[in-house]
Amino acid sequence: MNFDDTPAEAAFRAEVRAFLAANATLKSASVQGTRGRGIGAEEIKRAKDWQARKYAAGFAGLTWPKEWGGREAPQLFQVIYNQEEEAYAVPRGVFEIGLGMCIPTMMAYAKPEQLQRYVTPALKGEEVWCQLFSEPSAGSDVAGLRTRAERDGDDWIINGQKVWTSGAHFSDFGIIVTRSDPTVAKHDGLTFFFLDMKSPGVEPRPIKQISGASHFNEVFFTNVRVPDAQRLGPVGAGWKVSLTTLMNERLAVGDVPRPDVTDLLNLARSLDLDDGPAINNAVVRERIADWHVKTQGLKYTRFRTMTALSKGATPGPESSIGKLVNASKLQDIASFGMDLLGSAGIVMNPDLAPYQALFQDALLSSPSLRIAGGTDEILRNIIAERVLGLPSDIRVDKTQPFNQLPTGSR
Amino acid sequence: MNFDFSDELKQLRDQARRFLGERSAPKQVRRVLEGHTPYDRALWEGVAEMGWLGTAIPEEYGGAGMGHLGLCILAEEMGRAVAAIPFGSTTYLAAEALILAGSPAQKAHWLPKIAAGETVGCLAWAEGTGNPTAAKVQTRFHGGRLSGRKWPVADGGVADIAIVVARNDAGQIVLALADLRATGVHPETLQTLDPTRDQAKLTFDDAPAELLTAGGDGWLVLEQLLDRAAILFAFEQIGGAAVCLDMAVQYARDRHAFGRPIGSFQAIKHKLADVYVANELARSNAYFGAWALDTGAAELRLAAASARVSATDAYHLASKENIQTHGGIGFTWEADCHLYYRRAKSLALSVGAIPFWRDRVVNELVARNAA
Ligand SMILES: Cc1cc2nc3c(=O)[nH]c(=O)nc-3n(C[C@H](O)[C@H](O)[C@H](O)COP(=O)(O)OP(=O)(O)OC[C@H]3O[C@@H](n4cnc5c(N)ncnc54)[C@H](O)[C@@H]3O)c2cc1C
Repeated sequence: MNFDDTPAEAAFRAEVRAFLAANATLKSASVQGTRGRGIGAEEIKRAKDWQARKYAAGFAGLTWPKEWGGREAPQLFQVIYNQEEEAYAVPRGVFEIGLGMCIPTMMAYAKPEQLQRYVTPALKGEEVWCQLFSEPSAGSDVAGLRTRAERDGDDWIINGQKVWTSGAHFSDFGIIVTRSDPTVAKHDGLTFFFLDMKSPGVEPRPIKQISGASHFNEVFFTNVRVPDAQRLGPVGAGWKVSLTTLMNERLAVGDVPRPDVTDLLNLARSLDLDDGPAINNAVVRERIADWHVKTQGLKYTRFRTMTALSKGATPGPESSIGKLVNASKLQDIASFGMDLLGSAGIVMNPDLAPYQALFQDALLSSPSLRIAGGTDEILRNIIAERVLGLPSDIRVDKTQPFNQLPTGSR
Repeated sequence: MNFDFSDELKQLRDQARRFLGERSAPKQVRRVLEGHTPYDRALWEGVAEMGWLGTAIPEEYGGAGMGHLGLCILAEEMGRAVAAIPFGSTTYLAAEALILAGSPAQKAHWLPKIAAGETVGCLAWAEGTGNPTAAKVQTRFHGGRLSGRKWPVADGGVADIAIVVARNDAGQIVLALADLRATGVHPETLQTLDPTRDQAKLTFDDAPAELLTAGGDGWLVLEQLLDRAAILFAFEQIGGAAVCLDMAVQYARDRHAFGRPIGSFQAIKHKLADVYVANELARSNAYFGAWALDTGAAELRLAAASARVSATDAYHLASKENIQTHGGIGFTWEADCHLYYRRAKSLALSVGAIPFWRDRVVNELVARNAA
């Protein structure tokens, strides 16, 4: 049992460290703080620059084929890179979905000449991609989607609406699942495409989130023409293609969202409660201990996963644990930190609220972590069914034609 | 990075699982539960023959010299099997105390006997309610003799020797080794929630004892001992918790209600998913503890406290939700669920209860973040 890198891993880690030290700012030294206030033109430019630099230095697409600018490195190298990058304030939120989910789906289904055209520009940070899956009536149950695709000669005509599409307003391309045949069972009537987000009839409208920022959009499709050549997978096989995308959900590594337990510890050390220093209060101590233990448990679970990866295992549904535990922990730490401030906990002025309102910001942003990328409930279903082997839910929607299924009023 | 046990240790695990599966099946554990015998002597002898009592004892003292990782592996298996033997008291507490603080002569005398299964040991720190604290120690050590009352002492009624926490004439805390067969020692078996493990009250009435002196300040040695034991007990706890989850999953697949397996109800699924998550986190924390124990890392105290808190919570959750998943049958004497529910609690209280360990986590965090 050891935490030592192999010589190859150590060499790679040293390379990553040198690159980051020369090209990025440490989080602790960053004047910017961690406050996210939407993604505007400036943020996109910074993210593109950063991605370009990573690409030039050989740290983009680490596990991808060399043909497309990758390095064909083992999974573990990506984990090492992420571990090192975590300490730095690098731009996030622009390329994760494209490079983590969209392009891997392309690599599984697109034609060679399409890969030639799209993969490298995405990796270089020149083009941004989004994932058009969720709809007003299809989120967790994404196969319940209704956006229609109808064949018209060599093209398809798409009509309908997507929603919660992160980054659609600044994306160049998107991958989309549509319903091509509503008369068959829901999972059998789907077809998958990629498309140019600048195509006539595509209209993203940013949605304001509870935090006030607008990272996601509703996207309307009105008679949008997509060439059949941009279909990924056979007609009617869209569900299978979608699963490829969903399985590529980034292996959750290195992400310990802030405020973390150390922030809470520092807050408690700086505050006096009615009965003395907050850090001496039994309830405060109990909560800090429990969150520390969870944080460490996740960290070392990740190390166990890395060990398995380095022995050639593929990441399984076990990695759902990370998001499930982190999301609620973040929400609870944020709320508890605010409680420690008493009535003043409600104040968000960056100059008055500790750590520039880190706790308050997290209270508002944390609900999204429990929803996006599989809700807490869906993750528990996944663990129960795919890890523990419990029987699946009784389904009433699997065999009937889609257009005969009952619907709610929402 | 290799954050896993070696193949050799995994073989030890397989071997122990097979062995204990046969020799410490619920029907054997129940013989102790039902008071036919204070502990499972046949199992004890078998474990001694396998050489497992000397796992972490150096070879020069008759042990296997495998180090603590091997002991962690065995602890997990003992936990899975709810083994009704004084394994922890003897190997994690008495033997470790001797290794930490015994003189060469004491080690040479006692460790080979422990490794051979001839001597059962225990640790007597508590004097009534409360967690380990020096202030509560009233038992006196004076002129090679002990006087005082220790309770509860895990395995105190079946042990041959005890490491006793006492106070000397100067008021300092010392560790003394007492032969429990000597005159002046009066053991009294206590009734507990987990009769598969012995608990006793030991009264020392001018009983002969010798100091363990090699470790310096007795209280500091005790704290080191508790840290090490916390990690080993954490392995017992994650072993037990894993069995509870297996049992619950198995039952939830088989048992039908409302025309479907109860395991297809989300109330059951989500509950068991939560148990799984808690178990995994506890396992990872225990592994880190094992690494710290094996390497003597500076993180040992924090790692021990974290492992202990995580494993205690996980076993509590898993053992109670296992009963819940079973419904009425889970509340019967006949079903095995209660063996784990009892053991979960007795392990939770074995070396200081969870608030004590949470407090140690925070003390360590504060110390580390002081700079
Ligand atoms: C910040 C953010 C970014 C996002 N980005 C994208 C994106 O880029 N592209 C994209 O396609 N989507 C995106 N989404 C959408 C996201 O995938 C969905 O919101 C999510 O899958 C939940 O779907 P829903 O919102 O329709 O809620 P619903 O599915 O209606 O769920 C409502 C509630 O019902 C529960 N529920 C539903 N089904 C079950 C079940 N079987 N068992 C138990 N409980 C159940 C859910 O857990 C939830 O609590 C994003 C969402 C957020 C919050």
